[in-house]
Amino acid sequence: MDLPPLEALPLTPGKAVAVLAILVIALLNVRAGRRPWYLARWEDAFGLVGLCLLLDGQYMGLVDAPRERMMGEVGRILYVHVPSAWLTMVAFTLTCLFAIGFLVTGWRSLDLLVESAAEVGVALGIVLQLTGMLFARPTWGVYWDWDPRLVSTAVMLLSFIGVLTLRSLLTDPDQRANLTSAGAILATTSMIVTYFSVRWWRSLHQMQSSPDTVASPMVLVLRINAFAMLFLFTWLLVRRWRLARALAARDEAPPLPSAEVPA
Amino acid sequence: MRGLRLVLAVVRKELLLEWRDPSRLTGLLVFSAALTLLLAFAMPGVHVLPDVAAGAIWLGLVLASTRSLDQSFRTEVENGALEGLVLWPVPSLVIFHGKALANAIVLLLVAVPLTALVFVLYHPRMHGSVVDLGVVLTLGCMALAAPGTLVAAIATQARGSSALLPVLFFPLVVPVVLAATRATTLVLEGDPMDQVGAWVKLLLVFDLAHWTLDGLLFSRIVDEG
Repeated sequence: MDLPPLEALPLTPGKAVAVLAILVIALLNVRAGRRPWYLARWEDAFGLVGLCLLLDGQYMGLVDAPRERMMGEVGRILYVHVPSAWLTMVAFTLTCLFAIGFLVTGWRSLDLLVESAAEVGVALGIVLQLTGMLFARPTWGVYWDWDPRLVSTAVMLLSFIGVLTLRSLLTDPDQRANLTSAGAILATTSMIVTYFSVRWWRSLHQMQSSPDTVASPMVLVLRINAFAMLFLFTWLLVRRWRLARALAARDEAPPLPSAEVPA
Repeated sequence: MRGLRLVLAVVRKELLLEWRDPSRLTGLLVFSAALTLLLAFAMPGVHVLPDVAAGAIWLGLVLASTRSLDQSFRTEVENGALEGLVLWPVPSLVIFHGKALANAIVLLLVAVPLTALVFVLYHPRMHGSVVDLGVVLTLGCMALAAPGTLVAAIATQARGSSALLPVLFFPLVVPVVLAATRATTLVLEGDPMDQVGAWVKLLLVFDLAHWTLDGLLFSRIVDEG
């Protein structure tokens, strides 16, 4: 296997030192029992690494990566669009797995994870759809086309937004957990259609890319951005899960003893 | 065979309910007829009506189904009958299939006069056979009924269920509307390229998936909810 030249590595020596320094400072802080605000929880390490990778990846995407042969500079939106597509799929797949897991085991944590993954997935999906539309305007000439990939992505987003709407309308925790999971599994059918839409129908959108179909200097940049978003996704997911857990605890806590009003 | 008898008992109960309160079915028929009229006025001119006939049938059916599905569970929830139904000593799978089958039959009862009305008002060409049209209508109605029954069971347990039902239901049945409309158009206008099979196959796969999977989810919903 040919190793890429040193300049093409994701971490040039300068960046590597910077990242290492942050990590060392962070670790020292943890050892001393003084957690800095950016590392208050374990998942914040994922957020920090993700942010570093994202800065690096986007810099490479905007500056270092070669111009796209057909699309020119416009093609650089690829480094946001493609990783967000991957992560949207990861988020919704996780939503479905958590939902199945919850229906089988009945663990409350899994229910909260269903909510978190679906919500992060919807956020990523909106990024995906918006960057896709901005990408479509200069390359296809229109913001929107009635194309299987575009339509099925929009339907998938609507399905999961529907699940979140359903969840917000339910108050009983057990009922909410069961119905959300059932709804999430139903919504997953639309995700499967989205994934295979470029194979099943003739679409303006290209097929799923793989390292074989992408020029090698772009593969590396795409990978860095994908990992950056994966780390940030993990961070967001866990943060959202903690929030959901705190809200659930608030709902279940007994009411505060209220001051007696003398009659 | 006992399972089949039980399913048919649920179907009979549902249809008896429709029979005793015919205003529900007439309401659906009037609703879809009015929609067919409205849709004709929303078109740029009468010359496009033959081309949109299949779309009018399926749009009418989808919108009518949101009403009929909502009704089918609202009566249960309002009168506390769902608990009685769940306490029945049968698997809730039976209840789901009975209800879904009854909903499919109600939809077909709407579909037949609606198709006739569209034929009268929209003057579509008719190149295929009536049997083909019947097959597409049946498969399509079944594909709407199974996920619809499940979604209605979910939505009626939430506040503002009649607003929630379409939010969950429409994205789910986009493939059904697409496949059923294309198949119906091909039956009506003729199918020189022999494409109708692919769309019917899509409907069949959708039917199979939802008639098997949704029952399992349904039992989780009503048992615990």
